[in-house]
Amino acid sequence: MRATSLIAAALAAALIGLSPATLSPARAEDGHGSQPPRQKWSYAGVFGRFDQAQLQRGFQVYKEVCSACHSMRLVSFRNLAEEGGPGYSAAQVKALAATYQVKDGPNDSGEMFERPGRPADRFTAPFPNDQAAAAPNGGKAPPDFSVLAKARTFERGFPWFVFDALPFTGYSEQGVDYIHALLVGYEDPPKGTEVPDGTHYNQYFPGHLIAMPKPISDGQVTYPKNDKGEPVVPETVDQYSKDVAAFMAWAAEPHMMARKALGLRVILFLIVLSGLLYYVKKKIWADIGGEVHGLQPELHKTS
Amino acid sequence: MSAHGNTYVPKSRLAKWFESRLPLVGLVHSSFVSFPVPRNLNYFWTFGAILIAFLGIQIITGVWLAMHYQPSATEAFDSVEHIMRDVNYGWLLRYAHANGASMFFVAVYVHIFRNLYYGSYKAPREVLYILGVVIYLLMMATAFLGYTLPWGQMSFWGATVITNILAAIPVVGDTIQSLLWGGYSVGSPTVNRFFSLHFLLPWMIAGVVVLHVWALHVTGQNNPAGIPIKSSKDAVPFTPYATVKDVFATVVFMILFAWFIFYQPNYLGHADNYIPANPAVTPAHIVPEWYFLPFYAILRAVPSKLGGVILMFSAVIILALAPWLDTSRVRSANYRPIYRQFFWVFVAVCFLLGWLGAKPPEGGYVIAAQICTAYYFAHFLIVMPLCGLFETPTKLPGSILESVTGPGKQVSGAGIPAGAAAAPHTKG
Repeated sequence: MRATSLIAAALAAALIGLSPATLSPARAEDGHGSQPPRQKWSYAGVFGRFDQAQLQRGFQVYKEVCSACHSMRLVSFRNLAEEGGPGYSAAQVKALAATYQVKDGPNDSGEMFERPGRPADRFTAPFPNDQAAAAPNGGKAPPDFSVLAKARTFERGFPWFVFDALPFTGYSEQGVDYIHALLVGYEDPPKGTEVPDGTHYNQYFPGHLIAMPKPISDGQVTYPKNDKGEPVVPETVDQYSKDVAAFMAWAAEPHMMARKALGLRVILFLIVLSGLLYYVKKKIWADIGGEVHGLQPELHKTS
Repeated sequence: MSAHGNTYVPKSRLAKWFESRLPLVGLVHSSFVSFPVPRNLNYFWTFGAILIAFLGIQIITGVWLAMHYQPSATEAFDSVEHIMRDVNYGWLLRYAHANGASMFFVAVYVHIFRNLYYGSYKAPREVLYILGVVIYLLMMATAFLGYTLPWGQMSFWGATVITNILAAIPVVGDTIQSLLWGGYSVGSPTVNRFFSLHFLLPWMIAGVVVLHVWALHVTGQNNPAGIPIKSSKDAVPFTPYATVKDVFATVVFMILFAWFIFYQPNYLGHADNYIPANPAVTPAHIVPEWYFLPFYAILRAVPSKLGGVILMFSAVIILALAPWLDTSRVRSANYRPIYRQFFWVFVAVCFLLGWLGAKPPEGGYVIAAQICTAYYFAHFLIVMPLCGLFETPTKLPGSILESVTGPGKQVSGAGIPAGAAAAPHTKG
């Protein structure tokens, strides 16, 4: 028995000992970007809720800056007035939609025509098709924003990915942290790094060379003012990035708040139900002298 | 259906009339009410009930999702997003279905490891066990087909990798591949076919589950002591004792399930699958769902494609041979001091293979995967046969009751009414 323990230990050691050569996280060097710093998000965690003002600012940044190149084809204007979102009124959304021209048709004479947008229309795309989007952007269409916050992530590695799944230490905002990091991550390349034409150096982009030029700079978007005439939040790239990332998180998961609220009720219900069932089971088994506890009762028996 | 005496006595005239024409109620009664259950079962024995619950959840959520899903290369991705955004509680249906598949595999892995630890596969339960392996294979096929349906990048490239694997089969490989593809590459006909098959296979699983329960009914359940029921005091009737325990365990498991649906819905998935499928762009790492990772590591451990395919399929098939590879006369590893340690090493190796399956196939990862693959097969081909021959098991308890209460002690109340249990006393 002692001998097999040793064999088992040796085998385990051999397996674990073998891996460190490849385990050392030389991430920054091997072409991946560096780890995006973790931000505070109002909607993280079990009780997380979107900050309506932030979603509205994020939408403003998207509308005034990002939407020049990036579509958001799965989101409709009406979504902006729906519960759990930026909280615009139906009238505001109607007015907003009407400022866009939407292609419709064919009409009775077979012609396509343009008309003012309606709340039921999807966000209008900056380019008519992927090829038109790719041509002026270095041959690759800028990614659609609809679910981008869920389509981007970065590797956390062992053991962090275990904690990421758990209550209290849970972490599911990698996508938005990456987007924020990417937007603030433009910097001068380190000495000796070639940056070919049409690419730009970014600390957090995998491979560091990104086709998108620095998209936004301080003061570019004018935020709403408070009573004293000062903007409610700083008009900085850092703040813009957080706001637009939050807006993208909502766009990717418009029912997130409903989901978290329902989840709390479901889980509390299940905990209470399982507690009740436990005592029902105990009562039933008491009739025949109770149940065996412990996973391997035979191993722990002294008699 | 079995050798059991039927203890169901219909009371009403209608029930008598029906029972004499189709003894269905009596069949259910003898399988889930009066069925004798060893009284020493621990919570690892509740996973059968949990698995049945998940089969039900998957079928119900799946049928509803199918009402809104469009199986075509151009519409699949958007129709899934339509479900997420515009269908009432569509997000709940989809997240329950996607995470339900993962929970289904969590439960089936606990069920399989429980089986291997307590030697449940050994005579007389070989057929019961092989039916279980068949269900597992069908589950793998169903899960793979289902993962391709959202038609994201991982769906597309996962489908490409797996169908290319099938092409490695000699002689018929190419035919199988183009039949699955519905053409000469992964495309719209492929999604449509996979959707059809994804809808078909769960009903086949349900059919084999019926056989699995039937076979269980014939042999009775194994138990942590690994010894058969010898007297009525060793057993309790399924209802209420096992029923209430199964329901309790299922509800507790649902808490875990709910946690993933509501708070970590995308944790077990892959971010790349939120990028629409694009045949022109290959993802940096093509990785299957977590429950396939150990097999994916085995597939890539060998440089030869055909060799990898053979090894990967063998890794599942070898499970079915366990009843004949294991030479020990003692079932439960509780009484097998040496095998017990090898068992835990085997569990560790499976986890390690899973971790390696998620890593790129290069350098030390490949070597580690090769060592682990070798150990995986050695567990079945060397440890199982030799351990049974050379190991001295510890003393088995005299009866199931004794394993619960200790030797010589009495317990109040008879376990099961006399005459309720029949066949399991004499078999196995």
